[in-house]
Amino acid sequence: MRIQLQAEDFDLTAEIAALRSGRADIGAVVTFVGTVRDMNDGAVVSDLTLEHYPGMTERSIQTVVEAAARRWALIDTLVIHRIGALAPRDQIVLVAVASAHRGTAFSACEFIMDHLKTSAPFWKKELTDAGSRWVDARTADDVALKKWID
Amino acid sequence: MKITLRFFAAIREAVDLSEEAFFVPVGVVTIGDVRKTLLQRGGSWGNVLGDHKTVRVAMNQHMTKEDTPLSDGCEVAFFPPVTGG
Repeated sequence: MRIQLQAEDFDLTAEIAALRSGRADIGAVVTFVGTVRDMNDGAVVSDLTLEHYPGMTERSIQTVVEAAARRWALIDTLVIHRIGALAPRDQIVLVAVASAHRGTAFSACEFIMDHLKTSAPFWKKELTDAGSRWVDARTADDVALKKWID
Repeated sequence: MKITLRFFAAIREAVDLSEEAFFVPVGVVTIGDVRKTLLQRGGSWGNVLGDHKTVRVAMNQHMTKEDTPLSDGCEVAFFPPVTGG
């Protein structure tokens, strides 16, 4: 398991290669990349800043990944989340899950992303034509979480 | 008893403070009690901490509920619902 918060961009190809390195038992790698949109709630977004809670953010992502690892047979997991100043089209987050078979990797990747959205302390502030504003949490994210309740 | 308060995002901006050493008054036992004490400061404190439904809390960097009791030296954080990913 690797969890990384960083201001710099990430290279998807290099990250997948590192995740797979030396592991011939991996049969599936599922990745999710979240990116910055140039529109939100009807306004043009020109900049995005991501604030986090150092220490707690890393630990809460770790808790989510550990929960996924208890639920599915995962070989390895990588989460990279960017912090600081971002612009439209920038990559924000990468979740990569490696397992023997695809079903497990698909499910675990979605599970990690759904839980990260609602439990990891990150806050987005966007700059629009009308000034800067904090992004509101979405009800859809709470709804997405419900499908994982047994 | 002395604890550390931390504020993030819209709450941090509104109260213009990210961290504070807080001496816990007599009768203040839970995180919810701290929030109510801070409300009494008035102004922007009331605006951002007044509605408990829009305030999330953490104790020692773990998400928790307002009825969590305080302990000496603990770190209590107040922040809006998270919006990462």
